[in-house]
Amino acid sequence: MPDVTLTVDGKKLTAPAGTLLIEACKSAGIEIPSFCYYPNLSLQGACRMCLVKIEKMPKLQTACTTVVTEGMIVTSDNEEVRQARKSMVELLLGNHPLDCPVCDAGGECELQDMTFSYGAAESKYMEAKNHKDEQQWSPVVFFDRPRCILCYRCVRVCGEGMDVWALGVQNRGVSSIIAPNKEDHLECEECGMCIDICPVGALTSGAYRYKTRPWEMKHVGTICTHCGDGCKTTLGVRRSDSGMEIVRGDNRDKSGINNDFLCIKGRYAFDFAHHPDRLMQPLIRKNGKLTPANWEEAFELIGKRFAEIRDHDGMIGVVGSSRITNEEAYLLSKFARVVLKTNNVDHHRTADFPALAAALSGKPDSTATMREVYDAPAILLIGNNPTDQHPLLAWQIRNNVRLHRSRLYLINSQTIKLGRQAAGFTQIPAGTEGKVAAYLAGDDAAVEAIITEKNSRETWNALREKLRGEQKLVIIFGSEIRGNDVAVLVKFGSGVHGAKFVCLADYANSRGAADMGLYPDLLPGYHRVADTGKFHDEWTSIPATTGLTLPEMVDAAKASKLKALYVVGANPIGRLGLDPFLFSKTFVVVQEMFLTETAFMADVVLPAANAYEKSGTFTNTCGDLQILKKAGEVTGTKSDFEMIVRIADAMGFDVHKLVPFGAGERTDMGQSRGAQSGEADRHAVWLEARGLEPKMSPLEPTAILDEIQRLVPGYDFSRINLLAGNDQHTTLANSGPGAIQKPELIVPANDNLFSSGTLGRYSKALHSVMESRTQQTSEVAAD
Amino acid sequence: MASLVSHPDEVKVVSRRFGQGATNIDRYLELDGYKAVQKAFAMEPDAIINEVKNSGLRGRGGAGFSTGMKWSFVPKQSAKPKYVLCNGDESEPGTCKDRLIFEHDPHAVIEGVMIAALAVGSQTGYIYIRGEYRYLSIIMQKALADAYARGFLGKNIFGSGRDLDIYWHGGAGAYEVGEESALMESLEGKRGIPRIRPPFPAVVGLWGGPTVINNAETLASVPHIILGGAEWYAKVGTPKNGGTRLFCLSGNLEKPGVYELPMGYNLRKMIYEVGGGIPNGRELKAVVPGGSSTPVLLPEEIDISMDFDSVAKAGSMLGSGGVVVLDDTNCIVKFALRTMKFYRHESCGWCIPCREGTDWLEKTLTRFHAGGGLKKDIDNIQYLSENMLGRTFCPLGDAAAMPTIAFVKKFRKEFEDHLEGRPCPFERAGAVEQLPVLA
Repeated sequence: MPDVTLTVDGKKLTAPAGTLLIEACKSAGIEIPSFCYYPNLSLQGACRMCLVKIEKMPKLQTACTTVVTEGMIVTSDNEEVRQARKSMVELLLGNHPLDCPVCDAGGECELQDMTFSYGAAESKYMEAKNHKDEQQWSPVVFFDRPRCILCYRCVRVCGEGMDVWALGVQNRGVSSIIAPNKEDHLECEECGMCIDICPVGALTSGAYRYKTRPWEMKHVGTICTHCGDGCKTTLGVRRSDSGMEIVRGDNRDKSGINNDFLCIKGRYAFDFAHHPDRLMQPLIRKNGKLTPANWEEAFELIGKRFAEIRDHDGMIGVVGSSRITNEEAYLLSKFARVVLKTNNVDHHRTADFPALAAALSGKPDSTATMREVYDAPAILLIGNNPTDQHPLLAWQIRNNVRLHRSRLYLINSQTIKLGRQAAGFTQIPAGTEGKVAAYLAGDDAAVEAIITEKNSRETWNALREKLRGEQKLVIIFGSEIRGNDVAVLVKFGSGVHGAKFVCLADYANSRGAADMGLYPDLLPGYHRVADTGKFHDEWTSIPATTGLTLPEMVDAAKASKLKALYVVGANPIGRLGLDPFLFSKTFVVVQEMFLTETAFMADVVLPAANAYEKSGTFTNTCGDLQILKKAGEVTGTKSDFEMIVRIADAMGFDVHKLVPFGAGERTDMGQSRGAQSGEADRHAVWLEARGLEPKMSPLEPTAILDEIQRLVPGYDFSRINLLAGNDQHTTLANSGPGAIQKPELIVPANDNLFSSGTLGRYSKALHSVMESRTQQTSEVAAD
Repeated sequence: MASLVSHPDEVKVVSRRFGQGATNIDRYLELDGYKAVQKAFAMEPDAIINEVKNSGLRGRGGAGFSTGMKWSFVPKQSAKPKYVLCNGDESEPGTCKDRLIFEHDPHAVIEGVMIAALAVGSQTGYIYIRGEYRYLSIIMQKALADAYARGFLGKNIFGSGRDLDIYWHGGAGAYEVGEESALMESLEGKRGIPRIRPPFPAVVGLWGGPTVINNAETLASVPHIILGGAEWYAKVGTPKNGGTRLFCLSGNLEKPGVYELPMGYNLRKMIYEVGGGIPNGRELKAVVPGGSSTPVLLPEEIDISMDFDSVAKAGSMLGSGGVVVLDDTNCIVKFALRTMKFYRHESCGWCIPCREGTDWLEKTLTRFHAGGGLKKDIDNIQYLSENMLGRTFCPLGDAAAMPTIAFVKKFRKEFEDHLEGRPCPFERAGAVEQLPVLA
């Protein structure tokens, strides 16, 4: 639309026609206060804070509902306007309890800020305030009615943003109240967006309330460790006896790919980090019992045993994790090949990235970012239920449809909630996703398997034609599409102008684990182990034969062939339901936060730090690379990175060859560790004892980032952008050849909104929500 | 059922069929019923609109906007259906005219809606009746059923080839819904909360379609204009204020009731001649000229012509035609409190100034009237009202603020008489529980 020119406070502005006055002013650096106006939510005009003087209008006008027009002359700040705003604040404060000293929002409250800006410091109010008792709506949502200023942000974000519609307004006039959908409690997705968006302390979080004053927290912007979407979260961190305690997660600064969105897991389920069952010291099995030990003893034992087994050609298996950082996954992959001299490396695979790499090799710009999912003019989603498994992706799709009128095509064997946004929903028989791919790619015979009573051959034909005619279609698929089907789907996509792909994996760094080569047949960047190339030059002596997959390692253990098993942040025994005695002849080392089924039968258990307690990078399911910032350190734990390096060292391996350090421009970020945890800077002491340069630590993950950037295709990102906290897209276009692996190796996590693998098991917040659900007899939120 | 009153000065147009049994469709037809709409069939839509424009008919709901103009804003072509709405949510205290129309002449409203529908090209009309007027909705339902039975409504009405459906809809007891956009929300089954304007209903109204919404009295006037001609109707009133209006006289009067008088009728005459003056030899103290939301007039201000422009010039509003007369036994503070109580109760709560302002004012006035007032309260009442005025989402806030400002300005002395713990001078001793004076 053409631009219009207007004058605000004597300043000439131009803005596209159709822009709201409040937004035009914001772009020009003129702040118009508001409570009820919130970008991308429907307009209310209810709080009357944004009143401005517009020439030729007898009354003050609300800037949030006024569209700019050519020649408009606006005064955003004069005596009349300021008095109007002041009186609004006075009116609000009349019935407001003014319990700021104990209110969670105190210090970051928009009502406080407005009062500060517009005066209203003298109270004219002498009447008794209307009191209403506080209510608990769910284990994590509390509502303090007197504090509510009725801006309706919560109602709108729940309805329009989340498509849950669990909040509404009851009564009228001064008795108006925000009310939950089930009389006295909420039944919803518990995303907590209502709490986050509340400008005052009316809606408070069960996890955070009355725990701290906002200014007593340190704020650390990092990445959520739960699903594969990679939401940026700002952790509110306090010091505690064990080093630090995370008390809050939000993304109020709207940085990152998720704007202000977080789901229940991102917002509350950081509490696993402080679970009392958390392992705080190494355990060594002595006389059949896991016994507390010190770190040096543990590393010495592991080093000695691993070296012995390796040197006697004993079989060693390595199981990595989808929740360790890229640096850790890369290091583990390298450690296995270079130090343990084995390709027996695997991890819990939840999506077929090797097949995607194979299909997209040589195709630039063929994967979509999470941001593009929000902007794409059309989206095809095959399989998966993002509302449960990829809450951010669901949010992006939903709001793209709502705000940009994107066309969403859904193909699923289940009726999923996103169907409400879909331009077309096509239900298919379970397990026929591959046939859909084949049909779309042109195999007309494949239609037989997907014709149902509702969807005839003609329906499918029409859908295929429609999809072929779309531009910039983003094709999103779940783990239902795997193996050869991925290539078939990509074949269809290459016939659609500007089509891009998103492959959905379940854990925070599933994509990274795949990219960094936690596979028995693939090195980082989807290079095959047998291929000679730069990895052979740099890593030297990589075993040339394909190693064992996890099920094969299990078989080897059954046959008493597996001599050692090194498990980093995984729980194969629990997940696969294995007999723990299978590994009684295997030397098992487990790096874990908790005594999982696997850790429980290990010979050595090393207490690990989680993603909130270390730095590094994560790659989300779309391929967006983001930086993790350490919130702090919990005493008694170490990062997986440090433990891998220490084990290599204990095995007598030259650490310089594993982690290039001691040269280059990196500085040691680990210097702050001692101060954080309140104990001696122990790794500096360790470096000193070995005559290493204290400023260039091999225990600092960034030490290996140069190598990743150099060797892993697609990871040639800007370091400055990364450190600045920006997301960068990694592509698969130049990756190695990838592989078509056995499809049965891919097992979706099947987590829902309220579960999250091992982390979820130790989250009180998730548990409390689950428990309150099971107690409810009435139906749970519609589809 | 209200008993009817009359006065020789009355010009009976809208009230012509009152008391004539016109709820019966045959009787209505005898009394020239449904002739106007048949005449309108022969007219071009623009001609109907022009006729209404030329009649000088202005909205009888209170705002006084030209009805013909309003109709002319509806786009000729529309992808969405167009609607005609009759606003029968008569709720302004002091106003009781629409209920007489519904009670005595429901077919006139239906006919008005039909003519409006012809003028703007609509095939659907709604008659929205105040929730408390349940008995009137029963009359209306019968009238609609009779009209359908005669083929006046439904498919191919009057054999014209045109279809027109009219439905009635009951309110749920909210003053706020008298505001046109809130009425549409209510009609759509939502909370009765006004909408952001623009867009105006003529462009985006009910269910997003172009919508004409008029007061019941306005629509009931339309058939008479079509039959009698614009010129005749305009001549009845004053220039720019065509026709007659139903004035609801209430309060301390000898002969209260609803009188149909020409626009521009003198207010003093209305009180002392039509209304029979103040009973029991009392003196006139104040007049609320157009329903509870209009600023009060003093006895020396009542020599005015009751038309939209003259009353506005006098600093008040003609409003909905509810003339409330107060004699000198009335306490203005109590009257202000009673008024505020109503607006506090009826505020929809959507915007801050109205929701919080009416609550605050009611609490302060309650305390004040009970003798707990402080001098600064008087200024505060005025301050609060002035800060509500013109800043609320819809006119309800203004409706609460305007009279309050006038009460304080014009009766400051009476407010001061309540100070220092003194009991209300107009109450019997002990009738109001005395509050302690706050420091």
